[in-house]
Amino acid sequence: MIEVTDLYKEFKGIPVLKGVSTTFEKGVTNMIIGQSGSGKTVFLKCLVGLHIPDSGIICFDGRKHTELTIKEHRLLRQEIGMVFQGGALYDSLTVEENIMFPLKMFADQSFSEMLDRVNFVLKRVNLEDVNNKFPAELSGGMQKRVSIARAIVMNPKYLFCDEPNSGLDPNTATVIDNLIKEITEEYQIITVINSHDMNSVMEIGEKIIFLKDGVKEWEGSNKEIFITENEAVVNFVYSSNLFRKVREAYLKETK
Amino acid sequence: MNYLRHVGKYFIMLRQVFRKPQKWSVFREMLFREIEDLGLKSLGIITFISFFVGGVVAIQTALNVDSPFIPKYLIGFATKRSMILEFAPTFMSVILAGKVGSYISSSIGTMRVTEQIDALEVMGINSLNYLVLPKIIATVFFYPLLISLAMFLGIFGGYVAGTLTGLFFSEDYLYGIRLDFDPYYIQYALIKTVVFAFVIATIPAYHGYYVKGGSLEVGRASTQAVVWTSVVIILLNYFLTQMLLA
Repeated sequence: MIEVTDLYKEFKGIPVLKGVSTTFEKGVTNMIIGQSGSGKTVFLKCLVGLHIPDSGIICFDGRKHTELTIKEHRLLRQEIGMVFQGGALYDSLTVEENIMFPLKMFADQSFSEMLDRVNFVLKRVNLEDVNNKFPAELSGGMQKRVSIARAIVMNPKYLFCDEPNSGLDPNTATVIDNLIKEITEEYQIITVINSHDMNSVMEIGEKIIFLKDGVKEWEGSNKEIFITENEAVVNFVYSSNLFRKVREAYLKETK
Repeated sequence: MNYLRHVGKYFIMLRQVFRKPQKWSVFREMLFREIEDLGLKSLGIITFISFFVGGVVAIQTALNVDSPFIPKYLIGFATKRSMILEFAPTFMSVILAGKVGSYISSSIGTMRVTEQIDALEVMGINSLNYLVLPKIIATVFFYPLLISLAMFLGIFGGYVAGTLTGLFFSEDYLYGIRLDFDPYYIQYALIKTVVFAFVIATIPAYHGYYVKGGSLEVGRASTQAVVWTSVVIILLNYFLTQMLLA
């Protein structure tokens, strides 16, 4: 479990996170939503250690980030997989080399063992025969899948995804969503997804955290988000006519 | 104040760079790649420039010492001295600062803006150590070879220029380049080269690593890296010359 307690972060005197507290459970797809500038990305970067919080505690299965040495931090990070918004694949390396990279750095395995693992995770994300291609030769959806494959190749305990669906067509976005959910359940990973995509939120958001101006405004599941009366959540999630009508229909049906 | 902040940040960066590599096999692989990218791929331009610079120095010297009281062997002597003391180590380093410096800065800068460096950090990799240390080792060990070659080719270029133009006799030139040969000058040039190589690897790496923004900022960082590397090389050249020769 990841426990976040009273997380504060500011940049040049401007507070971005103002005391966010929450927990993330194993095998659950957690989603962070909110408007641009609400602090989602900063929150995610604090979780993975790319930003150091000004105060507050992040506890990874009993390990408080403030009490870890640099070496322990690095070891903890080896248990983290991250899917970046733009994929962040190493463009001078092939798909195979990209996925093999964490193994080369941290696993004491022979080349054939590493190759087997690479092929296994590539198959897991429904990609085959792309081993020798460079990231630039792949479509956006394929790059995201390679990025997921790289994130899970070390069997991480924690998976973080920053806008995994941005720039993807609806079909590919659904494929990526389902893939993340399947992997989360299959490997019992703690998954935290930062998203703007309301389809994803409704589809796979087992726990949703709504951030507004650096504060946790609301927390609940994708079922609860339909019936919430929280004005800020309703205005954000149901800002489109389509979603508003879907919500009205759902509420009518459940009454 | 801003300059001081950058200087401080640069030295803090170096502290992170000089750590034990996390995996020696990966480090070795990176090192060979950097030797190829930063060293072997610079061979062509260094060969070309040093040969012609040597030729021009010899011709200029010959044209400016037409007095019958000045012996012709001084052309070879002056070409040798200027190539060994200045043109090979300093001039070539400024050329390398432009070629290699912009490459280092833009490649690391692009990795920064496309979150590839964040990806390394999230994996638990010391990105500075992984990206910059092989570059430093590659330049510090390979550039003395490159500059030694530049010295030789510059002197040879002077010989070829002289014999082709007929401005001086080859015997005079060969006598001039053997005259008053002091091995300490080679040592001095190589010490300078090692220092400049370190500067060429680290200043552009600093500019690339801490870039913020997009492709435009990467371009700006690359330009700044070349400017600052050249400035630092020229300043260090002055201080090293005073320390080692004066």
